[in-house]
Amino acid sequence: MGPLHTVNKSPFASTALESCLARLTEGAAVLLIEDGVYAALAAGAAADRLAEAANRHPVYVLGPDLAARGLAEASLLDGVRVIDYLGFVDLATRHSAVQSWF
Amino acid sequence: MKFAILVNEGPFGHQATASALSFAQAVLTGGHELVRVFFYMDGVYNANRLASPPAGECSTARAWSELAAESRVDLVVCIAAGMARGVREANLAPGFRISGLGQMVEAAVLADRLVTFGA
Amino acid sequence: MRRKTFLFVSRKAPYGAGQAGEALEAALIAASLGQEVHLAYLDDGVFQLLRGQRPEALGTKDFTASLVELGEYDIDHVWVERQSLAERGLTEADLLVPATLLDRGEMAEIMAGMDVVVSA
Repeated sequence: MGPLHTVNKSPFASTALESCLARLTEGAAVLLIEDGVYAALAAGAAADRLAEAANRHPVYVLGPDLAARGLAEASLLDGVRVIDYLGFVDLATRHSAVQSWF
Repeated sequence: MKFAILVNEGPFGHQATASALSFAQAVLTGGHELVRVFFYMDGVYNANRLASPPAGECSTARAWSELAAESRVDLVVCIAAGMARGVREANLAPGFRISGLGQMVEAAVLADRLVTFGA
Repeated sequence: MRRKTFLFVSRKAPYGAGQAGEALEAALIAASLGQEVHLAYLDDGVFQLLRGQRPEALGTKDFTASLVELGEYDIDHVWVERQSLAERGLTEADLLVPATLLDRGEMAEIMAGMDVVVSA
């Protein structure tokens, strides 16, 4: 199993997400946290790029960070899975390492 | 599984500390072992006992101390980063201890996963 | 202490934000404790390796002094992403330390193979 990559910056303010997605390897997964969750908005400009990554890698969003920002799960890109902190920990156990992008 | 956490941001102005705290709590709730939380760079501000934000605002420093009291989590502040930022024994919040960067390296070696929270 | 592979990833330019010096310090400590240390420079992180920096003007410690001593810490793995250099109009000749240039895919594979990844 490859690494779990966390991204905590909005794609509208930072290149962190793009940088991360450009370097995904076999078995890697992406978890959007903090301002990173804005990337998952289906109607947002980052949706196409994220959808492309989601075709080959699991993409997760941290639920508490969505809720804090007033974002509904219904507004998210299809295929993106919402998890809680226990899910974050569980993902970390199932991947080889955790790499943070910020 | 064994986890170590590296906190590189202070409690003000970034969500990183709050995320680290929630992750730490979930590690324990999930039945895993939390080897150590290491506070580096601006993360050392989490250990400043003299910080007293108004009730309901940014209570993360108190939350770390509570975590240490309840779950005996080892909270280590980098001595060099702390000295540089005015965080030392005299103003250390309960549950934290001061040591060197070697403790971060050791934690990463002892743990199965190191997770970094920064900004 | 067991020996692991540590990767320290630098993606930020040296002075405006981030803590390039402290990140490097952590890498040096890991190496001095016998860990296999790798340094990866990508995106704006490649600016950290630029020749001719004069941070004294900012009243900042010159972390590049530690960079040129990497060999003394047995840090042999300095990875720089070729595309990140090219995007910024830089070449290998602009770097102040010997480094191995990698294509983006090779860099991704290096990063994915590490035991511990520390970002700064």
